[in-house]
Amino acid sequence: MGNVNSLVYFIPELVLVIAAVAAVLYDLMLKDRNSEKVAYLSLVGVAATLIAVIIVRSTLGAPEQSLFLGMIRLDNFAVFFKIIILIATGATILFSMNSDELDRGTKGEYYALLLAVTFGMFLMASSTHLLMVYLSLETVSLTSYILAGFLTRSPRSSETAFKYITYGAVASGTMLFGLSLLFGLTGTGDVTQIGTSLVEMFNSGEGSPVTVLVAITFIMAGVGYKIASVPFHMWSPDVYEGAPIPITAFLSVASKAAGFAMFIRLFYSSFQGLTESINWPLMLAIISALTMTVGNLAALPQQNVKRLLAYSSIAHGGYLLMGGVLLTSEGVQAILFYLIVYLFMNLGAFFVVILIANEVGSETVDGYRGLVSRAPWWVSASMAIFLFSLTGIPPFAGFFGKWLLFSAVIREGIYWLAIVGLLNSVVSLYYYARIVKAMLFETADDTEPISFPAANHVLLIIFVIPTLFIGFIDIFYKLSGASVKGIIG
Amino acid sequence: MLLTAMIFIPLVGMIIVLLLPQENENQIKWVTLGVTVLPLLLAVILFVAYDRTEAPYDQSDLGIQFEYDTVWISVFDIHYHVGVDGLSVMLLLLTALLGPICVGASWKIEKGIKAYMALFLLLETGMLGFFVALDLFLFYVFFELTLLPMYFLIGIWGGPRREYAAIKFFLYTLFGSVLMLIAMIAVYLKGGTFDIPTLIEAAQPGGALSDRTFQIWVFLGFFIGFAVKVPIFPFHTWLPDAHVEAPTAISVILAGVLLKMGTYGLVRVNFAMLPEGMNYFCNGVGFIGNSLAILAFVNIVYGSLCALAQTDFKKLVAYSSIGHMGFVILGLAARNESGVSGAILQMFNHGVISAMLFLLVGVVYDRTHHRDINGFGGLGTKMPIYMGITTLAFMASLGLPGLSGFVGEALALLGAYSKFQMLTILSTIGIVVGAAYFLWTLQRVFLGELNPKYADIPEINRREIATLVPLGILTIVLGVWPSIAIDMFNMAVNALPLVVQ
Repeated sequence: MGNVNSLVYFIPELVLVIAAVAAVLYDLMLKDRNSEKVAYLSLVGVAATLIAVIIVRSTLGAPEQSLFLGMIRLDNFAVFFKIIILIATGATILFSMNSDELDRGTKGEYYALLLAVTFGMFLMASSTHLLMVYLSLETVSLTSYILAGFLTRSPRSSETAFKYITYGAVASGTMLFGLSLLFGLTGTGDVTQIGTSLVEMFNSGEGSPVTVLVAITFIMAGVGYKIASVPFHMWSPDVYEGAPIPITAFLSVASKAAGFAMFIRLFYSSFQGLTESINWPLMLAIISALTMTVGNLAALPQQNVKRLLAYSSIAHGGYLLMGGVLLTSEGVQAILFYLIVYLFMNLGAFFVVILIANEVGSETVDGYRGLVSRAPWWVSASMAIFLFSLTGIPPFAGFFGKWLLFSAVIREGIYWLAIVGLLNSVVSLYYYARIVKAMLFETADDTEPISFPAANHVLLIIFVIPTLFIGFIDIFYKLSGASVKGIIG
Repeated sequence: MLLTAMIFIPLVGMIIVLLLPQENENQIKWVTLGVTVLPLLLAVILFVAYDRTEAPYDQSDLGIQFEYDTVWISVFDIHYHVGVDGLSVMLLLLTALLGPICVGASWKIEKGIKAYMALFLLLETGMLGFFVALDLFLFYVFFELTLLPMYFLIGIWGGPRREYAAIKFFLYTLFGSVLMLIAMIAVYLKGGTFDIPTLIEAAQPGGALSDRTFQIWVFLGFFIGFAVKVPIFPFHTWLPDAHVEAPTAISVILAGVLLKMGTYGLVRVNFAMLPEGMNYFCNGVGFIGNSLAILAFVNIVYGSLCALAQTDFKKLVAYSSIGHMGFVILGLAARNESGVSGAILQMFNHGVISAMLFLLVGVVYDRTHHRDINGFGGLGTKMPIYMGITTLAFMASLGLPGLSGFVGEALALLGAYSKFQMLTILSTIGIVVGAAYFLWTLQRVFLGELNPKYADIPEINRREIATLVPLGILTIVLGVWPSIAIDMFNMAVNALPLVVQ
């Protein structure tokens, strides 16, 4: 579809850009520099975008549209990720408003940047051209660097931003090289055409497996950096620890989701037909097993809860990647479903971390000691629910997510991967339970009661309820199943 | 619907308890007691109303009654399918009976009574649900549902090393259940359904699950899952820690019901659903064919010898549990009518007797605040009623004829003897050692000179007697009239492919 005709399908993105610009301008106009107002404006922008996404999807019919001369694509898969990312953005804005960490006076532009990242992630979820893949990745990365370093008075945060840039530059440079190899081999940037011409090339015996393998490996560097998979995960613990907690939460969920969207679209379109010549799924399966193992083992000794959750999020990236190596619709469906669950349980856990950082002023496990006797019991209970859901214990949603993932893996007969994954779940119990133990079994050094504003409780409940019930409701399975169409098969 | 009501009454009770004000502790206790009595009434109704005469034994419906089946998660064809056979009824009765008894035994809990009772009720829902689930997925969910409350109950209200014991229990069980999860998914993908009766049928020769190699692997997955729970050597090391640290009532539940979840799972899934796998591990030929019986033998002898060496009263009872669960496995491995009947009867009896033993340890611990067997002495003169009940429980546990422990163990051994002669003969060492440690304990605690420290130790009180009497009566009744229980599960034993001619 041509550029002008595409615009109508692009309304959600346009709304998002307008909201971002409006946030900057509004911040300039405000005399008291009250960032709360900017935050509300951004929330309205997010809500309007969400509505636009749904309206465009439901009224303009035709589930699959190629837009802007094949640069991006609008399909159920993209819509699914847009919704996930928007929910994460909305939650992050709310978290930021409730966090004492961010300086309340000067963070108007913070929200504009957040909306800009969201825009980049939208593009990541829908790019079908190598150029757009790279541009959207860079849009997200560059804005993320600023957000990670937003605590200008904290040396930690600046160090974080610097590390993030260094790693990011290397990873995306490597990826760019891989993309250019692909372009050079096939003479096109369209991911589907790359797929067909690579298959033709190999069928006619002209294909060079080594070149394509190098291209895949280099592209994996960029993708792996976004989803924090081994061995490109090194940045994430430091960045997660140093960044403001709401940004950590955002990166661990939205950034990861967008990375997976890009990964699935690119790899499934371009390399799906090559598995006989180049066994890249096996390579990714090994990466997946390593990612979860390294993530979980590294999380075991952590004392800082942010860092612990960073490693846990690396491990979850490994679980998700399992679904990606199968090349089946069940596998992709499991990833999508897991992302819904992960969105709520992980953001929920980070929200409790924010609350504790606000009131107790500690990010270490010791800061959680005796929480149940200091704060209302449901705060500790909610945290326990989030953590056990992350472990994958029924009846919480995390179990159903893992169940879907492992079913998909076992369906393909890759038992070793399923066993590695499940044993990893057992290992993860140990460090999640350490926080639970501190909250519920140990006694506090400081017995002064802490209380939270009512709004915090409401927000907490918004995350607890889905974590409890998503697994029991058909619609989420159907939703994730429907969003797979067009990607595979 | 009877079963559904039974499972979810405790859950509703939990919500009610959570809504009650924290301050009014008596109200919380009485409400919980009331809530736990209801499932007991329903279980008694079930016991009476269950049709024992359905004849001839119909292989296809497996003797399942009070069935209820509705779709739960339609996308994966997961059903809320519940129903009972005789085996389930007995275990439901045991669970429901221990409910109010444990609430009674928890009367003196001081900290966080509200959370304690709420978690206890959640635990009860998990246990009851587990014994009636006929959908493999539901079965697994209920199995896991008991984990969390147990973890908190040990971890918050336990003894000095409670944190260690709680996480150890949790990690061991989760390790077992993830292997079980893999096996479960494999069965689902191969059999196309989670419905247990359908799967049992599919495992017969010619069915979708009849492949021998497949069954052996899946058997191992499920077996490790349940073996951790039973516990079968070498997966048993969590048990002494958990028992010693857990508060009395929770030890009672642990020994009385949670261990039975392991053996019940073995019967329901491993033995009934995977006959080829079972055949491979207990056909009596070679090492592999005897492996299950060997594990049972190790459990019996190792558990008893460890018990003999203990000076901690509670640890002694915990190790004796390991030994007694060995008889259950031995009887099941024999795969003949007397072996299987004995094993199932022993499951129920051990639930009753070990519950009594843990309650009795709790009674003396509450008075003396230690459990060192050598630190008592002569308590019999001060606590004659307590001594009487303890003697009854000890005698039942060591297998005195006329009390319930004897019947189950004798039947199990009788069944096993025809299959594994040498192992059965050697296993009787366990009984001799059992008699030794119980009698020796009796002597050290109650006989001899009265320890002057306990000159004015109070006699067992009415609340404590009330928790013990129902169990004591059961041990006597089942000792002299075991067929009241055996008739109950006879049909299940015949309908399930447990017995091989």
